[in-house]
Amino acid sequence: MNTTSAGPGFGVYVHWPFCQSKCPYCDFNSHVREAIDEPRWRAGLVAEIGHMAGLAPGRTVTSIFFGGGTPSLMNPATVGAALDAIAAAWPVADGVEVTLEANPGSVEAGRFAGYRAAGVGRVSLGVQALDDAALKALGRRHDRAEALAAIALARRHFPRMSFDLIYARPGQSPAAWEAELARVLAFGTDHLSLYQLTIEPGTAFHTLHRRGELVLPVEDDQAAMYEATQVMTQAAGLPAYEVSNHARPGQESRHNIVYWRSGEWVGVGPGAHGRLNEPGGTSIARRQERAPETWLAGVETQGHGTAQTETVSGEDRVIEVLMMGLRLTSGLSEADVQRATGQPLDAIVPPARLAPLVAGGLLVRDATGLRATAAGLQVLNGVLARLL
Amino acid sequence: MTPLDHIRNIAIVAHIDHGKSTLADRLIELCGGLDAREMRGQVLDAMDIERERGITIKAQAVRLNFVAANGETYLINLIDTPGHVDFTYEVSRSLRACEGAILVVDSTQGVEAQTVANAYMAVEADLDILPVVNKIDLPAADMKMARDAIEESIGIDAEDAIGVSAKTGQNVPLVLQAIVDKLPPPTSAGEDAPLKALLVDSWYDPYLGVVILMRVVDGRIRKGQKIRIMGTGAVRDIDRVGILTPKAVLVDELGPGEIGFFTAAIKDIAECRVGDTITDERNRTAEALLGFKPSVPVVFCGLYPTDANDYNDLRDSLGKLRLNDASFHFEPESSVALGLGFRCGFLGLLHLEIIQERLEREFDLDLLATAPSVVYKINKRDGTSFELHNPADMPDPTHIESIEEPWIRATILVPDEYLGAVLQLCTDKRGEQVELTYVGARAMAVYRLPLAEVVFDFYDRLKSVTRGYASFDYHLEGYTAGDLVKLDILINGEVVDGLSQVVEKSRAELRGRAVCEKLKDVIPRQLFKIPIQAAIGGRIVARETISAMRKDVLAKCYGGDITRKKKLLEKQKKGKKRMRQFGNVEIPQEAFLAALKL
Ligand SMILES: Nc1nc2c(ncn2[C@@H]2O[C@H](COP(=O)(O)OP(=O)(O)OP(=O)(O)O)[C@@H](O)[C@H]2O)c(=O)[nH]1
Ligand SMILES: C[S@@+](CC[C@H](N)C(=O)[O-])C[C@H]1O[C@@H](n2cnc3c(N)ncnc32)[C@H](O)[C@@H]1O
Ligand code: SF4
Ligand SMILES: [Mg+2]
Repeated sequence: MNTTSAGPGFGVYVHWPFCQSKCPYCDFNSHVREAIDEPRWRAGLVAEIGHMAGLAPGRTVTSIFFGGGTPSLMNPATVGAALDAIAAAWPVADGVEVTLEANPGSVEAGRFAGYRAAGVGRVSLGVQALDDAALKALGRRHDRAEALAAIALARRHFPRMSFDLIYARPGQSPAAWEAELARVLAFGTDHLSLYQLTIEPGTAFHTLHRRGELVLPVEDDQAAMYEATQVMTQAAGLPAYEVSNHARPGQESRHNIVYWRSGEWVGVGPGAHGRLNEPGGTSIARRQERAPETWLAGVETQGHGTAQTETVSGEDRVIEVLMMGLRLTSGLSEADVQRATGQPLDAIVPPARLAPLVAGGLLVRDATGLRATAAGLQVLNGVLARLL
Repeated sequence: MTPLDHIRNIAIVAHIDHGKSTLADRLIELCGGLDAREMRGQVLDAMDIERERGITIKAQAVRLNFVAANGETYLINLIDTPGHVDFTYEVSRSLRACEGAILVVDSTQGVEAQTVANAYMAVEADLDILPVVNKIDLPAADMKMARDAIEESIGIDAEDAIGVSAKTGQNVPLVLQAIVDKLPPPTSAGEDAPLKALLVDSWYDPYLGVVILMRVVDGRIRKGQKIRIMGTGAVRDIDRVGILTPKAVLVDELGPGEIGFFTAAIKDIAECRVGDTITDERNRTAEALLGFKPSVPVVFCGLYPTDANDYNDLRDSLGKLRLNDASFHFEPESSVALGLGFRCGFLGLLHLEIIQERLEREFDLDLLATAPSVVYKINKRDGTSFELHNPADMPDPTHIESIEEPWIRATILVPDEYLGAVLQLCTDKRGEQVELTYVGARAMAVYRLPLAEVVFDFYDRLKSVTRGYASFDYHLEGYTAGDLVKLDILINGEVVDGLSQVVEKSRAELRGRAVCEKLKDVIPRQLFKIPIQAAIGGRIVARETISAMRKDVLAKCYGGDITRKKKLLEKQKKGKKRMRQFGNVEIPQEAFLAALKL
């Protein structure tokens, strides 16, 4: 689906920056607040959607994503108001994909019916792990029982669902992960995001890691877990379509594919990023204010909370198109490269530079485009470093 | 102009860390050379690298005014010198500008190898020596031991050597008075004689350009004067004349016996060789001063810019650095693996390390250094012979009749309890014992050793087996034929010419294995597996394999991550400049340095 010459679509990303507590591994733009004035926030999101519509006329919305933070803390009415504002701002495609990220706490699960009624068709549940000790170590508020209940409930309410797991956790062995994954696959979901734990700068885990108090599995174990993940998901009918994302064919997250195919989207809410492309390989990157209060003040006084607008072109644009596109197992198509960079594939990656990587079995170059092999995907950073 | 009998030119010499620079601090303070705000510990160690390592690298001159017991003011030119053996050339040059030397001896350590070596140098240069015993504030201080050791090993009267604490300042005023009373003033043909000055040192100052430090012997030097540098024949007009207090202060003129600096719009650094004589172009002196003995480099390595575009920058920087360090030599060379660079000669491994670091810091260059090597003499079958500075240039073994390598005579002073370990180390390093005696409670071992063995990890091992209690000094003795072979290192099947080395045949395999293991440790895993081999004349003697990287990919990368992750990639791309490409493989510079440290 993402290798066709049809464009990747146009997405709307809505960021809800609040969480009940901060997880120690998380570097997302999330903030803990005693209380918020939700009607003001609702109005803010609606206003900024209107502002973005003025910047991106003539598009048809193919996907909407409520991310966070914890969007499942939003009142369904707020979700509904945002969806209405989007529908008022742009034409919306038939069968538009509307995803909401939800934490699997019992309170959140209680709002599932409301989200569905507001128009959400897909949830992405932050399950993270299937045993209580691991959930505790990850600083999560939910336990295994709540996670299982949330999965069951989500299934009942939403036509599509996915959930997230974090693996290669401190102390986790390849065998333990395989057992956990086997249980996960037994649920028979259509989509899974399986992330290896990443130590992000500025997080509590980062400090512990630097001090040697948190130790990740060694590279060979990480590799073994990753490889087992590929084999097991494939066998269960959910092959990888991206480094960490797996789906039954046709059940891929259309919204996230917009990012990987260097398509267009607008970002609404604190810390949201957006991209609008111009012909000839130029892209305009927008970033909204990260601090919730600063963003809200911006929206209320000037109609938007944009902190930075940057033009990305030339070499810079080439780097990001390659960096994002090669994450997909289908790789980069000739057409996507041409559309996003204004140049043919051979011009952005000289065949001579490609040769050793192709000969080494890390990349494949054929008539449809350029893609990483399974081995190449696993060392994509190294492959990119050699390509650039 | 100060009358000659009111001038003293003094060098402070000692073994490393015996407190020369700290004593200089106290002397400067007592004479009011710097105010409290300007003062800091070891103020004459002006370079960052000196302050970080706590050692003096460059000799540094400072002019002091001292009011002596007779109420008269004396002008004291003090030169603080380095103690480490690699910087002896700084000491020998400094001594030539002085009539007296303060020999500092640490009262807790006594006489060490460099105490003896520096004292002899001062005697040879005809200097009077004032012994000073330092660190008497320490509980372990032993005045008698120190005095006895001075008398015994150097043969000068140390009966009333002053005991001081350079740290607390105790008794330091006595040293100033003793300089005036016991050390001689300069002699001269007078201020009206034709100018004759010794070019002692030079450096490049971003504001002043080339600055020359000199010692006036006869005549006067002043702004506007047309001077001639006799050896090179360069003629220049003096722009500025000044003294160092240690701040640069301009003065109208300098006369006989004085030490100071001048600038003269000198562009070409080749014009000012240390040891040269400066005279008045219109009123030339008949005879030049005796120059300095040129320094003989004993360790060589190749220095290459990591970015080939920096080649010209590197050449200019080497020139500027050479201006400031006459003991450092360089000539262009090229390497298949590394491109265009320079073969550089040094007085030792610390010298090599310091020069490399100064180039990177002061001139903002990224460098690759090849493994260090000594100079071999190759005698070929056809009867010709040549000096081999770079192991990569070794001819095919079938053309070689014999290879000679430099040997040194080393003197090691060590407390008895560590003697066994030292003897073992010397044996490991192919040493031959010449003499074993005692100086007080300490053993003195004299050994002949191949310099190549010392160049590798001798210092570090000596330090560790003696917990730092040994002192070491050496001089070059001559060349001896040995059973030597060239060891090549192959990465990905290609010989890395920068890693080739000449080794003794019986140790070649061991060395080859060690280098391969080390490289395996320091070369990060890459996309493909990398074979590393050591070979002697085409025969593989050791082999290691670095397995391919297995996992290196960002788990998460969505719309909001693009900018940040892209920056990471760009940073990685910049890092590549420090890498060298060998077929499919990139070797980080650290790998060369690590092989060097073996
Ligand atoms: N306790 C004590 N420590 C001293 C005294 N004099 C110097 N030191 C210490 O000895 C160490 C070496 O002193 P420096 O003055 O740098 O020695 P140096 O002889 O100039 O050393 P190089 O220039 O590297 O040869 C420093 O840590 C000083 O603080 C002293 O009188 N008493
Ligand atoms: C926006 S985040 C969190 C959404 C939701 N608030 C939650 O916590 O369930 C989306 C997903 O990224 C993954 N993630 C976040 N930080 C991570 C890290 N440091 N390493 C690996 N995965 C991480 C988690 O699986 C998480 O569910
Ligand atoms: S992981 Fe999710 S719940 Fe935890 S702080 Fe981050 S966004 Fe909030
Ligand atoms: Mg010093």
